[in-house]
Amino acid sequence: MNKHILFLITNRIIISLITLLIIAVIVFVATTLLPGDTATILLGQSATPEAIEGLRKAMHLDEPAFTRFISWILAFLHGDLGISYSNNMPVADMVGRRLLNSLKLASVTTAFAVPLSLFLGVTTAVMRGSLYDRAVTIFTIGVISIPEFIVATTAVLIFAVYLKWLPALSLTADIDTLAGLLRAYAMPVITLTCVVSAQMIRMTRAAVIDALASPYVEMALLKGASRKRLVLSHALPNSLGPIANAMALSLSYLLGGVIIVETIFNYPGIAKLMVDAVTTRDLPLIQSCAMIFCLAYLLLVTIADLIAILSNPRLR
Amino acid sequence: MTVETSSTTRRRPRYQIKVVGMLGLAIIVFWLIVAALGPHLAPYPIGDIVDQDYFGPMSRDFWLGSDYLGRDMLSRIVYGARYTLGISLAAVTMACTCGVVLGMSAAVAGGWFDSVLSRFLDAMSSIPSKLFALVVVSAVGSSIPVLIFMLAVIYTPGSYRFARALAVNIAAMDYITIARLRGEKMFHIITAEVLPNIIGPVLTDLGLRFVFIVLLLSGMSFLGLGVQPPAADWGGLVRENIDGLPFAAPAVILPSIAIATLTIAVNLFIDNLPVKIRDRSE
Repeated sequence: MNKHILFLITNRIIISLITLLIIAVIVFVATTLLPGDTATILLGQSATPEAIEGLRKAMHLDEPAFTRFISWILAFLHGDLGISYSNNMPVADMVGRRLLNSLKLASVTTAFAVPLSLFLGVTTAVMRGSLYDRAVTIFTIGVISIPEFIVATTAVLIFAVYLKWLPALSLTADIDTLAGLLRAYAMPVITLTCVVSAQMIRMTRAAVIDALASPYVEMALLKGASRKRLVLSHALPNSLGPIANAMALSLSYLLGGVIIVETIFNYPGIAKLMVDAVTTRDLPLIQSCAMIFCLAYLLLVTIADLIAILSNPRLR
Repeated sequence: MTVETSSTTRRRPRYQIKVVGMLGLAIIVFWLIVAALGPHLAPYPIGDIVDQDYFGPMSRDFWLGSDYLGRDMLSRIVYGARYTLGISLAAVTMACTCGVVLGMSAAVAGGWFDSVLSRFLDAMSSIPSKLFALVVVSAVGSSIPVLIFMLAVIYTPGSYRFARALAVNIAAMDYITIARLRGEKMFHIITAEVLPNIIGPVLTDLGLRFVFIVLLLSGMSFLGLGVQPPAADWGGLVRENIDGLPFAAPAVILPSIAIATLTIAVNLFIDNLPVKIRDRSE
């Protein structure tokens, strides 16, 4: 690894950190400065001015916004996420287990979606223009252009209502037995896999088609290499970088999908926690969830960029 | 949406649209007419409970069945079209106007104005759209003006980046240099020299962004954080009637189909536009 590539990587990471800081400012401003006074909201309309004043002092709301932002971000860095408004529990405790649940869902989905989309993406690129390719393309465009909740309701209609393989919307917490576990995960995973794979298949297909159109593949073709050899040993190794980039980018669609899927299937994950927090206007909880989501998103996008840098042979 | 009318159609035969594209256009026009004529098309008043049965099937009295309270589904979908299309159109117009004006200004002005604006909008676009919407709704609630404004803010950065990338190429052209030398004002350069050259791709981008906005709006309404009851857009209709899902009631399937036909139609229409309009490199 030479200096140039090291420079590019540090540069990219610094940009991500700056972006994270700007995001923190936006989240903080949106949640604390825009609405009416937090103390008034907490105590209700009938509270006396003295009580409101006291609470404002206790919550440090009388300090300037800038100092509040600094202390908020410092506390956040130390793992202190604040106290929930609605049930006075530390936010960190509420978030912890839920986050684990969401990560489980995400990793199971990834384990299904990545091999599936790799296979479909590469095969459609190789058989470009065939009936199979067109069918897959129509499917992916269809999934991309409808909201996630319609994918979810369609999955329920197919697997629960018509085929009767799985229970519809009522998810019980019975995840002790293997069958229960499979049932609990099946529908959310099917939906999320559809949403994420659609993006992955499109991007993988584009990357492989790009590689197949390059001069060195044409050279190999002219040399008389077989079609299999053409794809597996010439085109594929060179498009691994773009494909890995595409995978990381598409996984960021998990975040949007997970919000809908956890709500519709009543899955006890962090996205459901956040949607509930929005309904009850529990600001510390919203801030923490929003920062966790943005962090995850930024992480995926940064990884995608780093892969793109590292896999570019011209930079090596 | 109005791409063929507003592009420079000097040589007409060049701008033929494929059959699939025409089908897309037909569906778009159909939904626009439904939204425009809403009150005249709906057979029943929107809030009235007219069917004794809830989640009723399709019948002669209730063409599209009835919802979870026994309200006529056809009327609800017709009125829902007004919310979905109206809010989305207003938001996409605002987003693209702001984005394109800022993008062209940044490209023509350059310098610190360009770099500060680009950095800030880039950071904004790295917040996932659904999350941004959740944070805004938690802070300021979800009345219809707030929704429109919020959707516009969320999709302005993308539109800005797209328009700026196009306008930077145009700004490097000789005729722009000449216009500058003539002493033309920024406003004239933007409206008379840059805009006409990027209008085709910009309108295409507007169409795609419209789809994103419809998707986000429906998603938010589905979460119960978008259009608030008793009013309901299509996403809200799916949410209201989600209990009908286990027995495949038309009340939950039909609004979904309405959203899907609209968004897929816009995509089909744009995908099949002549390359001359779509092409972003020219």
